[in-house]
Amino acid sequence: MRALSLETLSAGKSYGHFRALDGVSLKVRAGTVHALLGENGAGKSTLVKGLVGYDPLDSGSILVSDRERQIRAPREAHALGIGMVYQHFTVAPGLSVAENLVLSRDDPPLRIRWKAERERLRAFMDEMPFQLDPDRPVSGLAAGEKQKLEILKQLYLQRRFIILDEPTSVLTPQEADEVLGLMRGLAHAGEVSVLMITHKFREVTAFADDVTVLRKGAMVGSCAVADTTVEALSGWMMGRAPTHNTVVERPPVNEKVEPCLRVTDMVAHNDKGVEAVHRVSLSVRPGEIVGIAGISGNGQKELTEVLLGQRQAESGSVFINGRPYHGRREEMLREKVHSLPEEPLRNACIGTMSVAENLALRQFDQPALCRWGWWINRAAIDKQAGERIERFQVSPADPARPIQTLSGGNVQRVVLARELTEEVAVLIVSNPVFGLDFASVAMIHQRLLEARNRGAGVLLLSEDLDELLELADRILVIHDGHISYQTRAAEANRVELGRHMAGVEAEAC
Amino acid sequence: MSIRIPPVAARGLALGLPALPTVLAVATTVLLFSVFLWAREIPVLEAGALIYQGAFGSTFSWENTLLRAAPLMLTALCVALPARAGLIIIGGEGALVLGGLAAAVTPLWLPALPASLMWVAMAAAAMAMGGFWIGLSGWMRQRRGVNETIGSLLLSYIALAVFRHLVEGPLRDPASLNKPSTAPLPDAYSVGVISDTFYVHWGLVAGVVVCALAHVLVRHSVSGFAFSIVGGNVRAARMIGLPVNRLVLVTCVLGGAAAGLAGMFEVAAVQGSANAALIAGYGTSGILVAFAARHNPLAIIVCAILLGGVEASGSLLQRRLGLPDATTLILEGVLFVNLLAWEALNGRVLHWRIHWRERGRTPAEGVVQHG
Repeated sequence: MRALSLETLSAGKSYGHFRALDGVSLKVRAGTVHALLGENGAGKSTLVKGLVGYDPLDSGSILVSDRERQIRAPREAHALGIGMVYQHFTVAPGLSVAENLVLSRDDPPLRIRWKAERERLRAFMDEMPFQLDPDRPVSGLAAGEKQKLEILKQLYLQRRFIILDEPTSVLTPQEADEVLGLMRGLAHAGEVSVLMITHKFREVTAFADDVTVLRKGAMVGSCAVADTTVEALSGWMMGRAPTHNTVVERPPVNEKVEPCLRVTDMVAHNDKGVEAVHRVSLSVRPGEIVGIAGISGNGQKELTEVLLGQRQAESGSVFINGRPYHGRREEMLREKVHSLPEEPLRNACIGTMSVAENLALRQFDQPALCRWGWWINRAAIDKQAGERIERFQVSPADPARPIQTLSGGNVQRVVLARELTEEVAVLIVSNPVFGLDFASVAMIHQRLLEARNRGAGVLLLSEDLDELLELADRILVIHDGHISYQTRAAEANRVELGRHMAGVEAEAC
Repeated sequence: MSIRIPPVAARGLALGLPALPTVLAVATTVLLFSVFLWAREIPVLEAGALIYQGAFGSTFSWENTLLRAAPLMLTALCVALPARAGLIIIGGEGALVLGGLAAAVTPLWLPALPASLMWVAMAAAAMAMGGFWIGLSGWMRQRRGVNETIGSLLLSYIALAVFRHLVEGPLRDPASLNKPSTAPLPDAYSVGVISDTFYVHWGLVAGVVVCALAHVLVRHSVSGFAFSIVGGNVRAARMIGLPVNRLVLVTCVLGGAAAGLAGMFEVAAVQGSANAALIAGYGTSGILVAFAARHNPLAIIVCAILLGGVEASGSLLQRRLGLPDATTLILEGVLFVNLLAWEALNGRVLHWRIHWRERGRTPAEGVVQHG
């Protein structure tokens, strides 16, 4: 068997006073797929960064195939045959598959003899369970194919222990199944061992042999997947029963009322000036959550930016409560339009400004927060901040701290506090929980449902199908800038949605 | 760390920290300039004493210093105001020169007026001209994607060329023979000095007042808050519906107006007409003042006086030590490079500030802190 086994003995790592990882002992058997589960901040990334040498561990030891090894730098991990596939692609889109593979070597020769390299690559590809044409440009590969290229890269580099960091977050359900199936096949053939970071239970039960759960930097449990249940695993992860069982009641949508948000024939370009949104029309009623599903990069970003006022549409129009809407401040205030964009620090906050100032962004020019119509009332801003910080449990509870020094979950809480405290008629939401821990996710989902039940029309763009199925009343699928499919969430079928997200239907006709 | 520091001292440290990069930059500049003098075998201490004496050593040197500081305050605002909205404008020289020209021709084209009204008209013309010129850079950036730093620099060269062309051609006073100028300002309209014992013109008062107003604008007004949102994160500014293009344009126009006003005082209080002596580098030195003050309008007053002092001491260095006129320029250049280099410290300063601020808290008001 060529696959490596890997074991850590009481691995630990501190950042300042913060103990990110404490006494974690993990064993990955050779030729198996091992899942590493945990909330955000549980220490999964810290552990694997230590294993690949990007941020070496401070204590504990690492055994590779039962021999103790020091891993102080990525090169040392690579020499042992340990490699990692990152959540976001690390390929050069301008180059071909062959060039990407050759360039990924730790010791590329001074002069590359392409003829010989191509021969070697062809021989290598023939031995692989899946192939990619070495001459294809990477920019032309689909997301699933890029992920395959990342895996081929690891195999080409003779890695025998491969770490996958949330490998399926950019793939359709079908692509995800295919890629993970391939990894499991390679592992069971004894070619590699796989350590996979994930937060999707489905992937654990369908593809992993063993599973280890981390919580707050410590190991909670480890066992064979066959010997456990999803309930037991989520109990380990959360330390208690998952909170989203407390379902908020949802009254049915009143189909007779006029939509509060209507988009007609919108066309928008992306940053390169290529049409990214093609004549999209949609409408949202008060008290309804309309979800837009799609693989990232199919026009959602541009659509959101137009609705948020961050991008100019080429044509088409937006109506809010029947009136044309252009994303101006007066209109937002009058029609009560609010939004929760993705990556809040990049889209909805000013990183260098304080939490209090960020909380005041919607209202700083309104009578409540300024005197005589022009003098900013700092005392009122601080008072408002104190109340909102308490209600939304922002930590640390310090209104004067620059918001960029807060963790992702707390930044999102600040934005929630700002956008959802006042009355909301229309809410535009984009990937609201991306990269957040379970507790924050549950809270955000609950707040969205509450806003809906209070009568807000919510447009929810998300790359997470589970989130849409849980929250939305209707789901639209966007593919290549078109709305290609539409269904009620109650009648939605995951496979059907996945097919439309991948554009299978569009290609067929 | 277990050093015991009283909360008050910690709070003081947190407050003073933003000035740290500037203080360090001044320190390294003094060091490097000393090395430069030493390499030229010039007594370093004596040169230092002379700089002090030339800048602040006597009433005369104070007057000389403040005379130079007045336009620097206004041209520094031409950098600092657009900087609030995230722009780096370096074309203040052009706005000053064109503003001066506009002020110089206003009395020629208007009927006779009481002096105070005429001054208002001249100032308005100068500010409109300067505001237009810098506003052009802002407009080109927002509408045409032209980098505002390069755009304003190139526009400044165009402004200087236009100025020379007009002063030496269509607007030249035939009586000005070897120094082409516009027609001299009637004596009634020239701006006088503050008092006979303190020989500095009213431009200094204007500079201080405008800086104070700018402080209120950027620190305390709704518009100032909007500027800093745009400067901090354009995407967030658009998301909350702010008219980004208009706000950027307003900061540019205000900055340009300040530089134009500097030109008006140079014409009305110093030169008496628009001529090539107006191109004295105040616009360029204003950039240095704004960066040293970290775009804080009140700090600009202090930094303008310090830099005015350095420039004022140039002639003393020349007379006593035989140093060329350009010596103060070298000093300014070294200072500018050091200011930019120490900017890199800003990220650290932020962390230290939080650290000291938290230490400055008494335990009762302590912050809840977890993971």
